[in-house]
Amino acid sequence: MAAEQPTATVAPGDQTRIHNIGYRSYDGPRLGRAYARRSLYSQSLRGAYGLGRSAKSKVLPMLLFVVMCLPAGIMVAVAVATKANDLPVDYTRYAIVLQAVISLYVAAQAPQSVSRDLRFRTVPLYFSRPIETSDYVRAKYASLASALFILTAAPLLVLYVGALLAKLDFADQTKGFAQGLVSVALLSLLFAGLGLVVASVTPRRGFGIAAVIAVLTITYGAVSTLQAIADVQGSSGAVAWIGLFSPITLIDGVQSAFLGATSAFPGGVGPSNGEGAVYALVTLGLIAGAYGLLMRRYKKVGL
Amino acid sequence: MIATESLSKRFPRVTALDRLSVDVGPGVTGLVGANGAGKSTLIKILLGLSPASEGRAEVLGLDVATKGADIRERVGYMPEHDCLPPDVSATEFVVHMARMSGLPPTAARERTADTLRHVGLYEERYRPIGGYSTGMKQRVKLAQALVHDPQLVFLDEPTNGLDPVGRDEMLGLIRRIHTDFGISVLVTSHLLGELERTCDHVVVVDGGKLLRSSSTTDFTQTTTTLAIEVTDTDEHPDGTRAVRDALDARGVTVQDGSGLPGAGHVLLLTAAGEETYDLVRDVIADLGLGLVRMEQRRHHISEVFTDSDAARKEAVGHGS
Repeated sequence: MAAEQPTATVAPGDQTRIHNIGYRSYDGPRLGRAYARRSLYSQSLRGAYGLGRSAKSKVLPMLLFVVMCLPAGIMVAVAVATKANDLPVDYTRYAIVLQAVISLYVAAQAPQSVSRDLRFRTVPLYFSRPIETSDYVRAKYASLASALFILTAAPLLVLYVGALLAKLDFADQTKGFAQGLVSVALLSLLFAGLGLVVASVTPRRGFGIAAVIAVLTITYGAVSTLQAIADVQGSSGAVAWIGLFSPITLIDGVQSAFLGATSAFPGGVGPSNGEGAVYALVTLGLIAGAYGLLMRRYKKVGL
Repeated sequence: MIATESLSKRFPRVTALDRLSVDVGPGVTGLVGANGAGKSTLIKILLGLSPASEGRAEVLGLDVATKGADIRERVGYMPEHDCLPPDVSATEFVVHMARMSGLPPTAARERTADTLRHVGLYEERYRPIGGYSTGMKQRVKLAQALVHDPQLVFLDEPTNGLDPVGRDEMLGLIRRIHTDFGISVLVTSHLLGELERTCDHVVVVDGGKLLRSSSTTDFTQTTTTLAIEVTDTDEHPDGTRAVRDALDARGVTVQDGSGLPGAGHVLLLTAAGEETYDLVRDVIADLGLGLVRMEQRRHHISEVFTDSDAARKEAVGHGS
């Protein structure tokens, strides 16, 4: 323990002095709630890529990031080398194709972001400070959504830059790129919301990972199977409605209705504009609902 | 520092606080009560995190119902339970918590280094918290409550789970929070003896009601009783007896320290003032005995707490 009174010790023949200056009070600025929220956001965002954490926790997010970008790099290389007229995959389609990687990322990072605070009961330490429930939830939600956006938008950027290098049509590519960005932004918000809600009710990280994977991929498996069956049986109307029940098909539906994407639904026919409006509403409803549930969850945690 | 006025908190089945009115001034204040007496509920209300069912409370002159955020900026809170993630170092964790309190990044780092040093964590602060002992974890918890230099800290059962040495160190640290750091402390405990040594003021709650609020000196004030223990020598095979006789000869009434550890070897006498200490020293020196210990015996709050009035009367009446 430090000595109480100011002392200075001088070793003989040595210029080194150890000053024990006792306790210093702090009268600098206190930046309040908004600053604390921003700090929590940036800390969580960095944490989502393992920055500022152990080397071990960097491995998975970085690996998934590389896996996300690698196909884009290859496609670009091929397009440039073969002087193709178009990219092999649409901007809007890219995330759909690599959805497993995105799901894996959410499953790993959503519990990392919220379950740790719950499990080790760090949450009360936040709420005994100026920040409130809404600040915490917003910071956590925004950070995971941003992390996902970085994960999904980076390969699109690779594709876009590559497309420009391959001297593909600038206006065409820019439009596609913009549509792709809107689509992955929506996807990021939706996936982050679902992932956080599931993770926030499972304080044990392992369960959280499993539960998030279940929500994201099992629903997709079930939905796409049912869609295939419906398609085979010729009830193509049902295909669109079934698509409402899994996150990735929701995004698919929204973007094929409004963002000029070709649908990955069986038969390649996405929802019509009317159905697309329902898709968009459900998507926004889920995002708002996830936020609401998180708020409710953390109101209860308190101290 | 803290003022509550007929503060009540009712849950559907339990009344946690029942018209509690208490004033707490600067210094170290102990909040004593059995488990479930309403201590933690009171802290929650004082942090502005849980609305009171009725009554009002002020912390640092700010109303808890409306100024919760302002209060939380100026007070620190150390929870009773574990609250530390095992996979980060104490430094990283406390820096993060400092920023959550609104400290700019550079200030957060400086304050963290200072605070961890003051609570007694040195090289180990760069290691992950998971490998810390309970005592070290308690220090990290304390550091995060102090890092933003609050005017007041709430410490909820800070000595929980510590061994006797760790307990003493923690209590010494709590004392220093006020004397050296100038930060007022509200510390809860269900162990009364601890608070006696540490606090200036003790508030006793039971079943959500105020049992008693007074300064520690009130609790334990009486004429000072000295406990003395001496060695035996060949010349005086029973040193205790020799001292007793010698003191008797000088007109000092000495009692057996029956009921104390080492009874039969401990003498109790009433100190009238400085001269009593000198007298005891001279007597023992003349006899050529070794003085094992001479300490002030104070009355324990528990005596007051268990049967407050009777114990107090007895204490004042007999001075024993």
